[in-house]
Amino acid sequence: MEKANKKKRRASVMEGACVACGCCVKVCPLSAIQVVKGITARVDPGRCVGCGKCVRECPASVINLQEVRA
Amino acid sequence: MKKHWYDYLWVASLTYLVLGFFNILFAWLGLLCFFIPLIISIVYGSKGYCNRYCGRGQLFSLLGGRFGLSRRRDIPRWMKSKWFRYGFLVFFFAMFFLMLWNTYLVFAGVQDVRQVVTLLWTFKLPWHWAYHGTLFHPGVAQFAFGFYSVMLTSTVLGLVTMVLCKPRSWCVYCPMGTMTQLICRAKNGKV
Repeated sequence: MEKANKKKRRASVMEGACVACGCCVKVCPLSAIQVVKGITARVDPGRCVGCGKCVRECPASVINLQEVRA
Repeated sequence: MKKHWYDYLWVASLTYLVLGFFNILFAWLGLLCFFIPLIISIVYGSKGYCNRYCGRGQLFSLLGGRFGLSRRRDIPRWMKSKWFRYGFLVFFFAMFFLMLWNTYLVFAGVQDVRQVVTLLWTFKLPWHWAYHGTLFHPGVAQFAFGFYSVMLTSTVLGLVTMVLCKPRSWCVYCPMGTMTQLICRAKNGKV
């Protein structure tokens, strides 16, 4: 029961502000983020474990960690 | 993570900058940094150049990241706004066409070659040591001086924002990056 309420973190990209430079892609250890059609980075929610590497790397600081229910 | 050959393209970018100190005509090679991203975005509709092959971005990553020459602060909000990014693109291209006009004047015989590199569109640095004449028209050399000015200016700007903000802050307002993203938008529509 307690486990079900545990919150997990996941990266989220503000797509409108993303410059699609791909810095996040290079640092993601799980290949959970991709640049889609040269327009924006997008996180694969199934793969992301919320490590925050992309958040620190993003030069535009448009990636956040958000809490989601596990 | 496994390294690929393209992870070492920062060497090419660094070599390019160094070669410009010895013979300005090497500046012509910088056109690759203009045409390759454009071709990739037009043909494949992707920012493959920024994402994978940009040696300059890698150089900033290396200096600001591994060598720790960056404060790693967030870039100011205005600097990542669309107004600034598109405005800088327009300004950069206006300056680029001005450089092409100066090249044309030399080709037309109206003006002599100016053996200077203009930094930040303002400061004229003497650069005569890197000019040893040319087999071609002097206009060829004028273009090289102008183009190297563009490349050196953008590198200096990139280095300043690398130190003050995050290593690859240049990528946020890089005119080629902005332009290839616009091309991808036009080609691919919404995603």
